[in-house]
Amino acid sequence: MALTGVEIFKLLPKTNCKKCGHPTCLAFAMKLAQRQASLDQCPDVSEEAKRILGEASAPPIRPVSFGSGDRTLKMGEEMVLFRHEKKFVNPAAFAVEIKDTESDDRINSVVEDVLSSEIERVGQKLRIDAILINNVSGEASRFEAVVKNVSEKAPNVPLIIATGNPEAAEATLKIVASRRPLLYGANKDNAEQMANIAKTYKVPLGVKADGLEALSSLTEKIKSLGVEDLVIDSGAMKAKDIIEHNTLIRRAALKKNFKPLGYPVINFCQREDKILEALIASLGVMKYSSIVVLSSVEKWKNLSLFTLRQNIYTDPQVPMQVEQKVYKIGEPRPESPLLITTNFSLTYFIVSGEIENSKVPSRLAVMDCEGLSVLTAWAAGKFTAAKIAQFIKESGIENEISHRELIIPGYVAILSGAIEEKLPGWKVTVGPKEANGIPAFLRQRMS
Amino acid sequence: MAFVAPKETFSGKVFEVTIGTDKAISFGGENVLPFHSFEGTVPHRPVIAYEIQDVPPEDWPETVRSVYEGVSSDPVSWARFCEDKLNAKAIALRLIGTHPDRENKGPEEAKKVVSDVLSAIKVPLIILGSNHVEKDSEVLVAVAEAAKDRNCIIGKAQEGNYKTITAAAMAHNHKLIAMSELDINLSKQLNILITQMGFPKERLITDPMCSALGYGIEYTYSVMERIRLAALTQNDAVMQPPLLGDVGTYVWKVKETQASETELPSWGSLKERSITWEAVTAAAMLVAGAELLIMRHPEAVVAVERFIDELMQ
Repeated sequence: MALTGVEIFKLLPKTNCKKCGHPTCLAFAMKLAQRQASLDQCPDVSEEAKRILGEASAPPIRPVSFGSGDRTLKMGEEMVLFRHEKKFVNPAAFAVEIKDTESDDRINSVVEDVLSSEIERVGQKLRIDAILINNVSGEASRFEAVVKNVSEKAPNVPLIIATGNPEAAEATLKIVASRRPLLYGANKDNAEQMANIAKTYKVPLGVKADGLEALSSLTEKIKSLGVEDLVIDSGAMKAKDIIEHNTLIRRAALKKNFKPLGYPVINFCQREDKILEALIASLGVMKYSSIVVLSSVEKWKNLSLFTLRQNIYTDPQVPMQVEQKVYKIGEPRPESPLLITTNFSLTYFIVSGEIENSKVPSRLAVMDCEGLSVLTAWAAGKFTAAKIAQFIKESGIENEISHRELIIPGYVAILSGAIEEKLPGWKVTVGPKEANGIPAFLRQRMS
Repeated sequence: MAFVAPKETFSGKVFEVTIGTDKAISFGGENVLPFHSFEGTVPHRPVIAYEIQDVPPEDWPETVRSVYEGVSSDPVSWARFCEDKLNAKAIALRLIGTHPDRENKGPEEAKKVVSDVLSAIKVPLIILGSNHVEKDSEVLVAVAEAAKDRNCIIGKAQEGNYKTITAAAMAHNHKLIAMSELDINLSKQLNILITQMGFPKERLITDPMCSALGYGIEYTYSVMERIRLAALTQNDAVMQPPLLGDVGTYVWKVKETQASETELPSWGSLKERSITWEAVTAAAMLVAGAELLIMRHPEAVVAVERFIDELMQ
């Protein structure tokens, strides 16, 4: 657990030399406790204090990354068990498995799928993050050839080198070590050799054991060999074991500060039935996986998984916002209706969904209200007649439409007169209070 | 450092609810977080009910509408199809045709549909209004009587109409869904108001309002998690009814379940995409705490049942 300021103070030189930039050692200790200062600002601190403070201040789940450049995948650093407490930090990475026993054609087509997997959703670019190449053949030469081929075809995609054979591991790392792949991995039989290879090639190491006790002893052993950037696998394959192991791992790390399990987790979610695979992968996303391994990357499956991950990893304290602009729904003509609402993403999704349901092509003006819903934005003075009028004028919508009628949410009916005053020539119509009234409202206008 | 499994036990537990008569089914009853059977008891698997409605599903997207072609013109044949062919464990009849903006059917018509469906099926029935606050209070009062002695669930009681609906559920011995909009405090408040009328909290089902994947699911997810944590860690009895995820109705109106692959090639096959959209939404609700789901597409239901198998065994 983190130390208090007073506990930290006891470990400092207590000379009040000010070299750290703070007036006293106690003041510096307080800053350290709040993580607003770093211990290396003190030139005189003892090695012993460094060790103790270093361990105590280390995040309970170690930050580990693999891959390089702007595609580097960060994992770990999570601080909570439930997303309403605090934002989940590093989104689970999706990796697709390629077996070295598969034909080159099949391998190339999977790589192609990964390279074209990127889609954009609510302003974020989402994609399959990594490729896991599995040495199912057990042969070093075939594995090396496949790794070489994949790494050339997908030069920026982070790789996971999956082999328990130290020779095969070394042969492939000679080719791709500079891309910092994850080497997966070490087990009870090859731990020393794998730890040495990971050390030599400076890559993070995946560690697999059967169950949490065996896993804890194995990570301790590997740590004592000098390798600390680990990703752990408890051997959980079934959904029941994944939820149990991942929950116990995260609790042990966060609540007990149990270091041997304070590492990111990799889960293998491949299933024959691809819809079931999407559900197992979803479980991983919700329940603490850092790497979710898939057997395939169909676009329809990716879309669900990317979306779920985006939803689960949003900050619960910050409302999700959509961009301020006039959105077209269906194919509106110049005479089609114009509605306005705020830019809270949930408001936008619900309102635009209901307009879509109405099958009446329309325009929806979404105004930046810092992500507040209609009533809250109105109460906070962000959705006012003056601001609405200014937004409508500046949006340039007057050049696109042939009418001058604005439909406002029923909850702000009170604004209609004021908006008409500020927007000369416009007529304001009060729409329904709840979005589910929109289809009937729009259809009625058409008839 | 030896590993000691940090297991957690709680003083609170979710109420066990049994619905139906001939083929009755129970859900809830666990004293742990969802699927945490490693540290407590999970006596029942979650229940998935198939959604049908009192009018033909013309507003359902093609992918799911086509499954019920030939049976969905009549609620009785539709219900039978779900029970006999799809092995539904429960059926949820949504009286959407009573909505004033739809067919505006009256309480008497609704009563007849409910009676007809009930005489055709043995599995439990969930009877849902059209989500029109005033109309639901008329319609649900009428159908509660028509369904008496069948131990149904009726709903949804909301802030604006809970009094009449609660009284009807109480008088005819049904279970009751209490729905509020994505807020743990509103949900608690409504459950308190309903129990203050003398309705037993053991017969309630809480609906914190579902949302589809990509359309606010994180709000439902976190409200459910918080309700469940309050039930278990604080032993808060009004937060202990099982949770409902009314999945299908929210999922099958979003763009992802309707847009063709030609229109959006980067989204892939519409059929698999839309079924997976419903299945993933359902899975998220289960992991957050739902014990009762209402779904539409049989292939999504089958996948979610397999998911539950893996989580339970």
